[in-house]
Amino acid sequence: MRRRIKRETLLSILLVLPSALAILVFVYGFIGLTAYVSFSNWNKLVPDYTFVGAVNYLRLFQNPRFVITLRNLGVFTGLFVGGSLVLGFLLAVMLDRRIKAEALFRTIYLYPLALSFIVTGVVWRWLLNPGSPQMGSTGINLLLEMMGLGFLKTGWYTDPRIGIIAVAIAAVWQMSGYVMAMYLAGLRGIPEELREAARVDGASESQIYRFVVLPLLRPITFGALIVLGHISLKIYDLVVAMTGPGPGYSCDVPAYFMWELTFRANRFAQGAGIAIILLVIVSLLIVPYLRYSLRREVEA
Amino acid sequence: MRVKIGRIFLYLVLVAFAAYYLMPVYVLVVTSLKSFAEVNLYRMWDLPHSFSLESFRRALFGGMGYQGLGPNILNSIIMVIPATLISAALGSVNGYIFARWQFRGANTLFTLALFGMFIPYQSILIPLVQTLRAIGLYGSIPGLILTHVIYGIPITTLIFRNYYATVPKELVEAARMDGAGLLGVYRRIMLPLSMPGFAVVLIWQFTSIWNDFLFAVTVAQDPAVQPVTVALNNLAGSFIVEWNVQMAGALLAALPTLLVYIFLGRYFMRGLLAGSLKG
Amino acid sequence: MKFSKILAVLVAFGILGFAQVGSPLVLDKPAALKDIAVAVFGDASYAPAIMRATNSKALVDASFARISRLDEVLPSGAKVWIPEEAWAKAFLAVWDPNRVEDLFGGGKLVVGSWWTAGGEAEGLDALFGLYRGNYPDVVIVNATIAGGAGFAFKAVLKPRLIAGDPPDTFQLHAGLEVEGYSPETYLRPLDDLYSIFGWDKVFPPDLLTLMRYEGHYWGVPVNIHRANVLWYSKEIFAKYNLKPPANWDEFFQICDFLKSKGIVPITLANAGGWEAPHLFETILASTLTPEEYRGLWTGATPWTHPGVTKALEILKKILDYVNTDYSAHTWDTVLEYIAAGRGAMNVMGDWAMGWFMAKGVDVGWAPVPGTKGVFDALSDTFAFPKRAPNPINVIGWLEVCGSKEGQIAFNMRKGSIPARTDITPAEKAQFNPYLQSCMEDWARDAIVPSVIHGAAAPESWVVDFKDAINLFLVTKDVARAQAALVAAAQAALGK
Repeated sequence: MRRRIKRETLLSILLVLPSALAILVFVYGFIGLTAYVSFSNWNKLVPDYTFVGAVNYLRLFQNPRFVITLRNLGVFTGLFVGGSLVLGFLLAVMLDRRIKAEALFRTIYLYPLALSFIVTGVVWRWLLNPGSPQMGSTGINLLLEMMGLGFLKTGWYTDPRIGIIAVAIAAVWQMSGYVMAMYLAGLRGIPEELREAARVDGASESQIYRFVVLPLLRPITFGALIVLGHISLKIYDLVVAMTGPGPGYSCDVPAYFMWELTFRANRFAQGAGIAIILLVIVSLLIVPYLRYSLRREVEA
Repeated sequence: MRVKIGRIFLYLVLVAFAAYYLMPVYVLVVTSLKSFAEVNLYRMWDLPHSFSLESFRRALFGGMGYQGLGPNILNSIIMVIPATLISAALGSVNGYIFARWQFRGANTLFTLALFGMFIPYQSILIPLVQTLRAIGLYGSIPGLILTHVIYGIPITTLIFRNYYATVPKELVEAARMDGAGLLGVYRRIMLPLSMPGFAVVLIWQFTSIWNDFLFAVTVAQDPAVQPVTVALNNLAGSFIVEWNVQMAGALLAALPTLLVYIFLGRYFMRGLLAGSLKG
Repeated sequence: MKFSKILAVLVAFGILGFAQVGSPLVLDKPAALKDIAVAVFGDASYAPAIMRATNSKALVDASFARISRLDEVLPSGAKVWIPEEAWAKAFLAVWDPNRVEDLFGGGKLVVGSWWTAGGEAEGLDALFGLYRGNYPDVVIVNATIAGGAGFAFKAVLKPRLIAGDPPDTFQLHAGLEVEGYSPETYLRPLDDLYSIFGWDKVFPPDLLTLMRYEGHYWGVPVNIHRANVLWYSKEIFAKYNLKPPANWDEFFQICDFLKSKGIVPITLANAGGWEAPHLFETILASTLTPEEYRGLWTGATPWTHPGVTKALEILKKILDYVNTDYSAHTWDTVLEYIAAGRGAMNVMGDWAMGWFMAKGVDVGWAPVPGTKGVFDALSDTFAFPKRAPNPINVIGWLEVCGSKEGQIAFNMRKGSIPARTDITPAEKAQFNPYLQSCMEDWARDAIVPSVIHGAAAPESWVVDFKDAINLFLVTKDVARAQAALVAAAQAALGK
């Protein structure tokens, strides 16, 4: 029996080995290289791997544009993740109530997931284009006017105070369906008996949601956070297609700025610096949560 | 009576949200059916005066000075199908191992793999290109397939791992009593049950690989092998942009994934219901 | 020597006389390539050129000889192709004797650019057509990637250059943009081709200065675009009896007047992030003399110069008169204002003409206020990477690009003007009225390099310049913007 277990352990390691090696090289090897480059002098097209310490990082933080992109990333992530979670949950709760044509509604909420960010960006660029007093409103503003809600018009992404919020609206549109699908699956997985029991105990519907349903959905929330967080940090295609950096860089994000630094200004080392900074932000947020959650699963 | 009003209100809200989700499609469709002279930002919501399929024709077969999306759609198909299948297979095996066979360091390994999913791909473009070149796969569809397979490992493994974790222990125990080893359990218990998991992974991977732009434009140089996302971007042109052709092209490029979602969406849901993405 | 004297004379005078065109030659006695070379060009070293030219022809026309070795003796009756002398010289300059495969013709020509739609794609196609006429044995691969100013294209090109797998030729803005490609490492200097094909005599001296970087030429220009053009609605100007402003005072008077009429006086776009900096560079060209402007980029003029401050203040004032949705518009969509009669003026390069023509708008043009006599120039060129996979094919391409025929065909479709100065009046008459006036200005105005379009400064500086202006649009803080511009210059010039 022991020998069998030992052999099986060996086999299991062998089976994951190819993937592990691939990840080792293509992820961690490349990350290591990027980290090294961020400390190097490679700021022209010809690679220059001379070590120069943290100079590139210093330059980055002295650059007002970079600071703005970090702030935008924070706002975007908050709105995008929060918005998708809330909207997705709401939609799931509504759909869970045995709706006629549920499949139709589900498909409608889910299909944006099928589109690429480039397509989404192009369309939402038109939708959130405010128009102007001389040429007339367009997009959502025009719709609002047509519905008599003209006072709600704003400059959307042409207004530097709003900027990245407009991008978040498009992103939430695209991804909230996915969150809805996950929560719906989760809600369906909660046995009715649990809810009945709580009702019998005298709990109101909202109390049932707060104390029975939501805690059981926590693993789904975690999964959604991982996926949404990962997309949020990498957000690039959407910004390219929809707004560009925006007025005063109000729509700019680190991934976009990194691209410009690396491939237009040839500042490869600085671009690598942004990549590492993003990685650090990710690790601070994601890793503890990952480890905590995995440990909890093992205990369960 | 009160319940009925509540239900009506519920349906109203659902329909209102449905309008929010369908608005962009309306714009896409309506614009692509217009001719270039009619396309106008300030009359975006207007229906076309005359329906014209010209923009679709130009988007598919090309127009003055540009190539159509037709050949590139084919390239995308050739790239996506193997990449999806291979990364699903790898994910299934890996997920199975991580769900059932805890060897020392398995959790750490899994966390490390998962974490690798978060890196911005811009930062590895240059080492990626140099590596692909070194193994002779740069600039080709196989090179793209390899790239997508490798960077898809974390997410496919995650999905399968979560899915296999929901398989009742008793089933596995029973099989082991019968003398099944690691591979036996996989073959006899896990694989037959994997359909919902595969549904989720296949749909997810198909969509993300089909819609990828960054890797496509970096790794596949020759216009003859470029996937449709790059060709779609080319339709935009550097100066004079034909919006109706772009919109038509966007619709065409999105069609396969849209069809997958519309017709296979229920399998996606079933897979989710079966616990693939519980986290 | 195995030729008869009569043939030698025929060859020496007959063929040499036509050495410019390239022509077939049928041997009447067996001869080695070396001998043919001596007879035609007076120099045995031209043998490989003849071999290559003949093999190319042989791939599409079986009547030509297929030569497999340099020292091969060809039989009597064999037909060879004598290439034009310039091409042959270029061949010798480019050819690496270790690359025997280059002697056999065929192969590909991978052309990288970001010209994918509208008139530019047609222009490129016209060049391809001319090339195919001369070199039907070569397969042209049109490796374009869309994106204004090539932002996507560059992301793809640079890793390829670094990896040693570039296209055969690629689009490059004339001027300091080439710095971003580390040309000493990745590009082939073209000085020899310039003198062989006579380009150093036919391109204007100001352009040649622009093309030189670190003492070498790195690209062959196909066109010239002008950046400092003020487009205006003839309809509105006629209606209110306005004349295009010659200076900024007149300009703001017109703006005040039009604003009171509910028309957008000056339309602006900035979705691409470069359109507003483009406007700013034309303002700079008006507040500084051409000398001072050029000096900004060499360090001769400090960025603390009052001309820069004045330019920033003018831009700030302009912002009071622009359309509120400028950050939603790309350079082309904002022209809708003029087309609809809701906006009066716009500053953009002359590629805007193509848009107006396509929409059927009768637009007027004038130099940007204060820049009469100044031509803010940019130019598209094609470069020659060192590790181009098909180097011999590139020679023909560059030749077509630099030729009068090529430039006329290309520019008529693209909406720019040829870089060459030897276009005859009859040929000029083929171009539309705007382009004709542009050509006249090109011949006599002072030329300053565009910064946004890669001529005046290396890309890292362009990005900094762009960032400073984009931030200024929102902060309107003149002092801070000027400080940022000063810092950008210091970073770039290493001071």
